[in-house]
Amino acid sequence: MNIMTEKSLEDAVNAEMNRPNEPIKMRGDQVTVHYGDKQALFGVNLDVRQNQVTALIGPSGCGKSTFLRCLNRMNDTIDSARVGGKITLDSEDIYDPKIDVVELRARVGMVFQKPNPFPKSIYENVAYGPRIHGLAKNKAELDEIVEKSLQKAALWNEAKDRLNEPGTGLSGGQQQRLCIARAIAVAPEVILMDEPCSALDPIATAKVEELIDELRENYTIVIVTHSMQQAARVSQRTAMFHLGYLVEEGPTDKMFTNPDDKRTQDYITGRFG
Amino acid sequence: MSFLLVFAIVLAIGLIAFAVGRQRARAQDDGTVKPHSRAHYHGWLAFLTGVIPAVLFLAAWDIGASAYLNSHIHAALPADVADGTVAHEDLAAGLVKSLASGMRRLDSQTLAALPQTFAELQPMLAAKGVALAPDTQDYMIPIAADANRVSDRLDMIVAVVSIGLVLIGSVYGLSRITPRGRARNHVEKVMLWSLLGASTLAILTTIGIVLSMLFQTIAFFEKIPLTNFFFGTVWDPRFAAAGSGGAEGQFGLIPLLAGTLYIAFVALLVAVPIGLMSAVYMSEYAAPKVRAVVKPALELLAGIPTIVYGIFALVTLGPFLRDISAALAGGTPFIQAQSILTAGLVMGVMLIPVVSSLSDDIITAVPRAMRDGSLGLGATRSETIKRVILPAALPGIVGAILLTASRAIGETMIVVLAAGVAANLTLNPFEAMTTITVKIVNQLTGDLEFNTPQTLVAFALGITLFALTLVMNIVALYIVRKYREQYE
Repeated sequence: MNIMTEKSLEDAVNAEMNRPNEPIKMRGDQVTVHYGDKQALFGVNLDVRQNQVTALIGPSGCGKSTFLRCLNRMNDTIDSARVGGKITLDSEDIYDPKIDVVELRARVGMVFQKPNPFPKSIYENVAYGPRIHGLAKNKAELDEIVEKSLQKAALWNEAKDRLNEPGTGLSGGQQQRLCIARAIAVAPEVILMDEPCSALDPIATAKVEELIDELRENYTIVIVTHSMQQAARVSQRTAMFHLGYLVEEGPTDKMFTNPDDKRTQDYITGRFG
Repeated sequence: MSFLLVFAIVLAIGLIAFAVGRQRARAQDDGTVKPHSRAHYHGWLAFLTGVIPAVLFLAAWDIGASAYLNSHIHAALPADVADGTVAHEDLAAGLVKSLASGMRRLDSQTLAALPQTFAELQPMLAAKGVALAPDTQDYMIPIAADANRVSDRLDMIVAVVSIGLVLIGSVYGLSRITPRGRARNHVEKVMLWSLLGASTLAILTTIGIVLSMLFQTIAFFEKIPLTNFFFGTVWDPRFAAAGSGGAEGQFGLIPLLAGTLYIAFVALLVAVPIGLMSAVYMSEYAAPKVRAVVKPALELLAGIPTIVYGIFALVTLGPFLRDISAALAGGTPFIQAQSILTAGLVMGVMLIPVVSSLSDDIITAVPRAMRDGSLGLGATRSETIKRVILPAALPGIVGAILLTASRAIGETMIVVLAAGVAANLTLNPFEAMTTITVKIVNQLTGDLEFNTPQTLVAFALGITLFALTLVMNIVALYIVRKYREQYE
């Protein structure tokens, strides 16, 4: 008993020491979500730190995507969903009635599991957000935003000669990078990614992962993934969800080498899930 | 024996064969060999081998027998029948047939002592509730009695033969039951053929309709040149008494076509925006509870018979618009009670549910990922609808509008009552105009001979309309199909 306490204390100290100094960008405080009568998330406390990649892992149906969708209020689009607790972005409650959800989503962008380019040209796909939010005063500025976004998404070289072709004509990996470019074009502060590589082949996955690592310079990223290797490769912090509860959260290297919770241990070694 | 009774007997024997066959297959299954098909398949096969030949025979015989009876009656009619009071031999044969079917109601005693004259017979039949044309002649009575005897004999033969067929077929089917018999495959094949037959029937009917119109249309164009019909700007068919000669009249299609398209255009102008907006509301905004009420309510509009819309236009909207215009212009109304505007408005209301229901399905079919993608970028709902969902659904919506347009072009009753029957060629929406469909009804409901251009023109109009809507439907289906491929 005594030994156990000592061990967990030691771990806590270790965790505190490993924690880098980046400020907290988003914070979830006792977040609960109900879909109709079914509770999907139970009192989750999780911090997302600036310019870091936070990976959410856990078996299917554990609530990690639900939590992700709370961060830019995409759960609002589901009629039966009710969100409780408090989520802040730069210490501002995003569920405050004074907050405009449209503005929030411009600050917290999202990339989805399946690439979902609009049935428009590549250019129009990227220009969609800037047009809606009036980010460009004229065509030249818009052109610049589109080019920069495509460059940041590492798609410029492949797409620059076919900007007027439909975005749906790209390959799966290119489509996903187009969706990332589309999200970047709105100049968000946080980018949420919901299993962005699950529909991609390994080569496209590698490109997107490389891109995520580069994007960390300028953005805060939260990524949901089913791939342990991906979480280990791209994230600095990892949060493990199970059955709607946050099991544990910490620096990725610690989570993968020396997790506190047996369930995390079992999950990352593939013994359940 | 009546046709229905024979059919029932055939079916009953077939069902017995089914029961026996199933029993037999079960009895054969002694566990040594694994049966190929389950017992009820053997039963159904015995049923089908019995019933199919009998039913086919019944159908063939029914057609053949009525043709035979017809020629029998024609042969019995006197050669100079057309010179008498009855205008045509076919008419005489028709009278005989109705007389014969009337005489079926009489009891055997009356039939044995059949009166010689129609004057005596008529009250007897009238007592049984049979009303006959006064043209019926005395000489037709024995012919009708003979026809009844012949048809009784034919009925007897058909009953015996078809019951014989079902018996032979069933016994044959039953005798073929073995444990390894492939009954399931045969039954499946029969199912396939009957389904194929059902779908072919619809296509054949369409071809039949087109052909029946085509022959009459050719007859029309033998009398009136093609150019006069397709490029004529005056519609004046001159209803003249048969055989009185004189001018043929003018059969210009242009005023009717213009009226058809004009009224359809006004109707679409009303129906498309309103229908589309209600579709957007229902698919994007309405809560499930609201949608559950509003959608059926809107579709209820589609269930109202068009004649009711027509009455509404005739007695309410038309006079209302005329009075309003009279008040605006100070005395003389500039909107006629029957006008393109009235017809278009009412038809537009009728078409709202068509547009909204079709577009609702199409908008709902736009993948959720598109909405999420747009909302996730911080677009509002209406921005998402305007810039992502409607463009994505546009080809489908265009298809829906074209389908609606062919409904508008084919509409008749509303136009008759709301826009009138005057074939004007005008651009003024406040005047009366008429459509192709209205004129088809007009030309066919006169008391005219069937071989005059005045009547035959209806078929030329019909086939023009058919071609018009067919092309629109093909274009619509092509667009809708092309759109469907986009997300796969």
